[in-house]
Amino acid sequence: MSAAGRWMNRLLYLFRRSRFEAELREEMEFHREQIEAELRSDGTARQEAHRRAAVQFGNTTRLRERSHDVVAFRWETVVQDVRYAVRQMTHSPGFAITAILMLALGIGASVTIFAFVDAALLQPLPYAQPDRLMDVTESLALFPRGNLSYQDYLDWKRMNSVFTSLEIYTGSGYLLQTPDGTEAVPGARVSAGFFRTLGVTPVEGRDFRPGEDAVSELPVGMLSYATWQKRFGGRRDVIGQTLKLSGVPTTIIGVLPSDFQFAPRGNAELFTTAQPTNGCERRRSCHNLYGIGRLKDGVTVATALAEMKGIAQQLERQYPDSNRGQGASVMPLARAITGDVRPILFVLLGGAGLLLLIACVNVSNLLLVRAEKRRQEMAVRGALGASRVRLARQYVTEGLVLVLLGTVAGLAVATVMMRVLHAMISKQMLAGMPYLQGMGLTPHVWAFTATVSLLAAGLFSIAPILRLPVAALRQSLSDGGRSGGSTFWRRLGANLVIVEVAIAVVLLSGAGLLSKSLWKMLHIDLGFEPDHIATLSVDLPARGFEKDAQRAQFAQTLLERVQNMPGVQSVGLTTTLPVSCNCNTDWVRFVGKPYNGIHNEVNNREVSTAFFQTLRAKLLRGRLFTETDDAAHPKVVLINESLAKKYFPGEDPIGKKIGDTELTPQSLREIVGVVSDIKDSALDAEEWPAEYEAFAQDPSSYFSVLVRTSPKPESMLPALSAAVRALNPEVGVEDQTTLEQRIHNSPSAWLHRSAAWLMGGFAGIAFLLSMIGLYGTISYSVSQRKREIGVRMALGAQRSTIHSMILREAGRLSCFGIVAGIGCSIAAANLMGSLLFGVRTWDVATLAVVVALLAAASLLACYLPSRRAATVNPVEALRAE
Amino acid sequence: MMILKTLTRCPLHGYAIAQSIRQMSDEVLTVEEGSLYPALQRLLLEAWVKAEWKRTPSNRRVRVYTLTTAGRKQLGVELSRFEQMVAAIGRVMRDVEVEG
Repeated sequence: MSAAGRWMNRLLYLFRRSRFEAELREEMEFHREQIEAELRSDGTARQEAHRRAAVQFGNTTRLRERSHDVVAFRWETVVQDVRYAVRQMTHSPGFAITAILMLALGIGASVTIFAFVDAALLQPLPYAQPDRLMDVTESLALFPRGNLSYQDYLDWKRMNSVFTSLEIYTGSGYLLQTPDGTEAVPGARVSAGFFRTLGVTPVEGRDFRPGEDAVSELPVGMLSYATWQKRFGGRRDVIGQTLKLSGVPTTIIGVLPSDFQFAPRGNAELFTTAQPTNGCERRRSCHNLYGIGRLKDGVTVATALAEMKGIAQQLERQYPDSNRGQGASVMPLARAITGDVRPILFVLLGGAGLLLLIACVNVSNLLLVRAEKRRQEMAVRGALGASRVRLARQYVTEGLVLVLLGTVAGLAVATVMMRVLHAMISKQMLAGMPYLQGMGLTPHVWAFTATVSLLAAGLFSIAPILRLPVAALRQSLSDGGRSGGSTFWRRLGANLVIVEVAIAVVLLSGAGLLSKSLWKMLHIDLGFEPDHIATLSVDLPARGFEKDAQRAQFAQTLLERVQNMPGVQSVGLTTTLPVSCNCNTDWVRFVGKPYNGIHNEVNNREVSTAFFQTLRAKLLRGRLFTETDDAAHPKVVLINESLAKKYFPGEDPIGKKIGDTELTPQSLREIVGVVSDIKDSALDAEEWPAEYEAFAQDPSSYFSVLVRTSPKPESMLPALSAAVRALNPEVGVEDQTTLEQRIHNSPSAWLHRSAAWLMGGFAGIAFLLSMIGLYGTISYSVSQRKREIGVRMALGAQRSTIHSMILREAGRLSCFGIVAGIGCSIAAANLMGSLLFGVRTWDVATLAVVVALLAAASLLACYLPSRRAATVNPVEALRAE
Repeated sequence: MMILKTLTRCPLHGYAIAQSIRQMSDEVLTVEEGSLYPALQRLLLEAWVKAEWKRTPSNRRVRVYTLTTAGRKQLGVELSRFEQMVAAIGRVMRDVEVEG
């Protein structure tokens, strides 16, 4: 008979199930009666006949079940098992709720972190064949991924044979005249083939034409979709319209798709062609670009890197002055984009995984205890004819139901946590991580959840199945589930507790190290006092500020105006705010010192006279700038302590001269003072040598104003912005914030803080769970050993002896756990070495605190059950038998 | 197979099938008689037998099983398979005797 036919028959039986049962019962009854009648007719006594008939017929219940199994669908028994499992849970809601909560926490945490990992690292970038897109830049000993110079780019593009196209981009900002006044709009300059290389086509208008980035072409630009909607109301007639971007008339030719994102310049509203108009792009020694290349088919990253390195070497020989030490870097674009969050995500995923492991261990421990208690029940069910497979399946079903509920709750937790964490990321950080838009319950995340749940379900079914009565059925029955075979359970349960404690140590010490790193980072010596300082950035338009004198004049007037505002103590300006980056560097050479052509790379900032006073930085030698250090006087420079130590060891640098690599006469400037190191770089980066030039002698069109205020600096920001606009409404004002806020929100502080907080959260939960686990194990062991304790006490053992016996047992477990945990946490700390700042991987203080905390907590966790053990009333304990 | 065989002569109820097997095998095959019923359910499901309720002379309701055409065919298949098996076992046993 066909399978379909059988299936149909089964279906028929399903609907007549009760009739089937009744008929079968009747039939069997008849059969037994017949045997009995036959036996009696042979002269057997009534009772004996009844007994023998039963023997001859066999176990009715089991036979009925077997008959039932033949016609029933397999899932019918599953439904039965599930119903039974749910009933079991409602019978002990405490157990069920605890287990489901623990699972929800573990699964929720790991799914949340995995969703971030998925969005950042697993999902492909939204470009055509994103794995063929490479980040191509120059590289230096100090900057493995440095910037690319335009002149080098032209040669690279011409000479390489590994890329189908090689394009460039660089961040940029534009001053846009809006109804609300001048606004600074972030944007990017890209070469003409940039979007074609990414595989992105505009939704409106057209892409840049090849060659449209030449200086001879009219400036054209493309809008991001959001900007098109926000600033131009999504009107199609914006195409062909001409906007003044920082005074440069630019024709809008296209609009990018709504799902377009470009993480390196995530907040760009406008993309213009990178016409090499500024002075930097005419010099081979000036690096301001990043490259993106699409690999030719069959070319590997390694091949491309080797070729680009070869080209860089060739250029180095050709232009020894500008290209000395300039290598090449080629890496997948995805890696370049997510490089900084990668280690943190991995560490957090590890932490969440460990948390999940603890939760699972705890739940399986609970299940083991229950399995122990249910030995008797299982033995009874076995005696009533349940097969071992069926009993095992019952446990599997219960495990599955538990995990299913835990997973549903976990997914709910994860959904909420994803929202919360996403909302906690600052706008500025989010702009750099547009890929997080793709975060959510993606197929990857579902698959991950399913895998985790299945593993957990497997664990939860196997654990109690190990406890199924094998042969000692009768013993289990008569034993009344007292103590038979408990050593096995005690050992397994205890080992699991050791694992839990060890994991808690790892997570706690990880969190401790990260927190200590964060603390150290936020408390490094900045070299200045960041409190009570308001900052804002000023962007001068090209028109009206062509000449140095115009820019210097504007800055001078602005400083004077602000200085006279009420509440202002002092005001200074700089081209790059402290705690930004080791960037805007300069290659320098010292008059009178041997020069071997190696580039001396130093941070370069132009600052106003009162900059150092405003920051309250310390002057170590010489003098600070004065009002007379302007264009009319010889050029002067201040250096930081690091520069003095590195290039003038054991000498007095005052009076020495710094110049460019060729020591051209107009570049020469005299060192007039040495200041203590001001943190110019990111918080977690090494401090570089730095030179500070007088702004009045080299005024740039973009600078940041620092104002030391008496009232709260936040309260001064609107007045400060207004002061700039009052001076010239066409000037752009942006990034109004306080210096402390800026440091607090800087990417390195943010990354370290989020890592420390999340890890701290995981560790806290893990700590709690492991202590619950320890408490549970010890209490269970005490309850199991009640009789033994009763006997001991009856034989004269003191309460204190019992007390210390239990505490010893517990102490042994936590000791093993702590020792194992310390080993593992040192190993784990090595794995997250890149996230640590100013802390060794085996930081004794952190480990000591963790050990003390765990030891104290586990003592407490064991004290309660051991007290209960010591107060056992021997008479009662023995009478309970 | 044995159940199918007993049913070739005439339709029988469960107890009669059990008796018939017991008698025909000269009381050698006396397994738990109840295990007949799961087997019967399987045959029903495969539609090799069909069942209907009848009254005994003592006026009790019994389920009487009848062999269907498909069942007869199945019996043929199983019989030939069984004979092949017996023959094969027989050959193996003879070889052993020769060697012994």
